[in-house]
Amino acid sequence: MAPGGGGGVGVSAFLPHPFFAGFGGAIEFIFNEQESTVTGGKKVGGIEQVLELAWTQIEVSLLALALAILIAVPVGLYFGHKGTGELVAVGIGNAGRAVPELAAIALIAAVIGVGVVTLTIVLAVLGIPPILTNTFVGIRQVDRAPVDAARGIGMTEPEIVRKVELPMAVPSIMTGIRGASINIIATATIAPLAGVLTLGDFILGENVYGADGVLAGAILVAVLALIFEFALAGLQRRLTSKGLRLQAQ
Amino acid sequence: MASALPGLPLAAAVGEVGEGFFKERTGATLPCQARPSHLFCWDWATEHINRFGTPTVQQFELVVISVLIGFAIAFGLALLAHRFRLLQWPLLAGTGILFAIPSVAFFLLLLPITGTGRETAIIALSAYTLQIIYRNVMSGLANVPESAKDAARGMGLTDRQILWRVELPLAIPEIVGGLRIATVSTVAIATLAVFVNAGGLGTQIYSESNLTFPTAIIIAGGIAMLMALAFDAVFLTVQRLATPWRRAAAEASA
Amino acid sequence: MNPPTQGYKVAPVPAAEVTGQSQSGASSVTYRGATKRYANASAPAVDHLDLEVAAGEICVLVGPSGCGKTTSMRMVNRMIEMTEGDILIGGESIKRRDAARLRREIGYVIQQVGLFPHRTIAQNIATVPQLLGWDRERVRARTSELLDLVGLDPELADRYPVQLSGGQQQRVGVARALAVDPPVMLMDEPFGAIDPINRERLQNEFLRLQAEIRKTVLFVTHDIDEAIKMGDRIAIMKEHGRVEQYATPAEVLMAPANEFVEDFVGADRALKRLSLMRVRDIRLWKAPLARAGQATAEVRAALDAPEVEVPYALLVDDRERPRGWLTTRDLAGDTVPATADAPLGPVLETGDVMRDALADLLQGESMYAPVVDHGGAVVGILSVEIISEFLASPEAKTEEQPAVERPRG
Ligand SMILES: Nc1ncnc2c1ncn2[C@@H]1O[C@H](COP(=O)(O)OP(=O)(O)OP(=O)(O)O)[C@@H](O)[C@H]1O
Ligand SMILES: [Mg+2]
Repeated sequence: MAPGGGGGVGVSAFLPHPFFAGFGGAIEFIFNEQESTVTGGKKVGGIEQVLELAWTQIEVSLLALALAILIAVPVGLYFGHKGTGELVAVGIGNAGRAVPELAAIALIAAVIGVGVVTLTIVLAVLGIPPILTNTFVGIRQVDRAPVDAARGIGMTEPEIVRKVELPMAVPSIMTGIRGASINIIATATIAPLAGVLTLGDFILGENVYGADGVLAGAILVAVLALIFEFALAGLQRRLTSKGLRLQAQ
Repeated sequence: MASALPGLPLAAAVGEVGEGFFKERTGATLPCQARPSHLFCWDWATEHINRFGTPTVQQFELVVISVLIGFAIAFGLALLAHRFRLLQWPLLAGTGILFAIPSVAFFLLLLPITGTGRETAIIALSAYTLQIIYRNVMSGLANVPESAKDAARGMGLTDRQILWRVELPLAIPEIVGGLRIATVSTVAIATLAVFVNAGGLGTQIYSESNLTFPTAIIIAGGIAMLMALAFDAVFLTVQRLATPWRRAAAEASA
Repeated sequence: MNPPTQGYKVAPVPAAEVTGQSQSGASSVTYRGATKRYANASAPAVDHLDLEVAAGEICVLVGPSGCGKTTSMRMVNRMIEMTEGDILIGGESIKRRDAARLRREIGYVIQQVGLFPHRTIAQNIATVPQLLGWDRERVRARTSELLDLVGLDPELADRYPVQLSGGQQQRVGVARALAVDPPVMLMDEPFGAIDPINRERLQNEFLRLQAEIRKTVLFVTHDIDEAIKMGDRIAIMKEHGRVEQYATPAEVLMAPANEFVEDFVGADRALKRLSLMRVRDIRLWKAPLARAGQATAEVRAALDAPEVEVPYALLVDDRERPRGWLTTRDLAGDTVPATADAPLGPVLETGDVMRDALADLLQGESMYAPVVDHGGAVVGILSVEIISEFLASPEAKTEEQPAVERPRG
């Protein structure tokens, strides 16, 4: 895979350094449809295809993340509040990290087959471990004194979870969600292996898109991942109570 | 097999993926290999287990080198940030960005700069570990009891002595914890090194723009997971051995 | 010695002790207009503090929360850098000293103890000796010597701090501070986090220890009772580190310099004076002793003697150590039995502080308690009655002279 050199003059003129010259063609690829340098004649790249693939990736990732949150947070809250199942919760987190996403996607592709629904479920499953573990640990680490005080003033157990433990565990839960999001976006990138076309298609399809396409895909995926990361980091800040933020300083 | 991979609908799908492919790759078609309902083909596995040796060693090397480099950099950055508080936020954000970029994209972004090969994979994998290790070292240092530091200062320990004799030893559990998470995740992610021709177990899952077949995927994935768990166990042991006072604390509270 | 403008009484101090070192290597500590202004604070936390702590004395800084005690104390080892003024140790300014070196020569004990959780007790104590490069053998010898000094079982040496009780941890804290035999000790509410019963024990132990080591100690507390008990001299502080009175505990109790001190010391001054006395300082009742096998007639005769005020005889062993109170039933036979019917109750020592002795009596719900000497042999009986008579006597109320010398361990 040689650094793509074929790009047009337009954009690459702004990238004077030889190191970055290789990126010129990629950026050209993102914005302008062009004939494939590899297969010849076939039209590839351009903003329209980029948006289409990006949309699939965003859709699949958001759905998967939402599903993972819906499953993992309540379960984590329940067991965290009860204080049981520590080994399971932490064990799932550890095991989840050890699963190679390439093998997971490849196996799905080879065994179950393809489709947005299957992919979403698989991605959600990969997103569950970090959220579950962080929710559990976040709740367990809540100072026992305020919880006791809450019980003392007559709060019911669900109220304690909602009004005391949950707000204090927000930073930890959000860390888990950010970790899950990173996993999901990364895995969605290789989803074309399982038949769902995301931005990763550019990356995996050098045969069609050429070196510029591969690099363009990498740039787009990186940007998308960072958008998710910044959005979630912003959300984390908004959801964390000011008192906790002050305490952390 | 062919029906399980219906045409591999990459927009770029090239060539037929089917029995022919496996015949070509493995030399002969074993009975179970040809049947799509077979998830795991023992015959093939016993016959071809040798081919996983080199990729396993490569994967191991990728992980160890990347984590070592990542640790050296992250630890240095953490000590800097500990000394110069102003650096804390920018370093957290910077390593966070490196962490958030999917590794596949990272590998390929490096292509125009470093080309294909091991260096590229190691750079991307080390960059990935920075955030995990940096964050754990910092929180380990932050969790050292204020009274212990105050007492140390009152006894005439210099800042450097306090760092090396009090703060860092007390931060060991979290530092090793960071190493543990970083190593385990790196084992999983290093399978992606196949995309930059850096070898590793990924070569047995995906090669020449194609997926191999389930048995190979399961074996390669299984080896990666076992390797991750082995690292996990090693770090757990190190953590226990390096922090005898923690065991004392656990016993005291039991 | 102290600026007259502040108008508090200064007790005469033997000139030889004011500066320089005492025999055991303690140094005097002198504040000269020491001032600390924290950034962003309008008023100084400590404003021109002048104070003279003689070598080998315990000086207690006491006062309401936030008055600047901790700040004053921490300026001595430069944990807090003063803004103005100077502090001299043994006549030498601390400003010219390297901060880390200075601190190694000053013992430092804080309320949170601050033991290093990752080092064993022995390693904790050995921290500074190791920094100073002592050889192993010397470090080991010093460590066990110190454990012994603060009354800790040598078996604890290899434990970790979490495996010790709060009181034991604080003893280790004291041992660690004493490791290189510093001439000055700083103690910031060292017993503040410890329950009252153990605090009393630690206080007594420290006084006994101090009688041996004779360090110059700056001791911070906000508890006036602790100040009276521990201090050779007490500095009563008001906001901004203003010293309202600097005098011996007896003087502070008998002649408060002003209304602030009077309020701070509290209305129960007569009762507090019990803190100044030891059991040996008061006239005890004679103890009617009985030994196993002795003829009961003899014992009964002794009980009837006019100078004996206790209605019961005390059973003692062959070394005169108390064993129990003999009831009338015990004395019904011809000879004294080997065991007593009534439990012994509290046993006091001649060195106990009166206030603590009274507390023990009240807690044990007993009217009398045998008092023993160091060897454990009975020397007399202390009763609630003796104490209340003392409190009612003019001796206790006199504003003239201290009724008793400040007792020392
Ligand atoms: N680091 C600091 N920055 C600003 N102001 C401080 C700081 N430390 C103490 N102060 C202020 O200086 C004053 C004296 O504080 P100091 O800690 O010496 O009081 P203290 O007599 O030891 O009180 P306490 O009995 O509560 O321990 C207080 O008003 C306090 O608010
Ligand atoms: Mg204080």
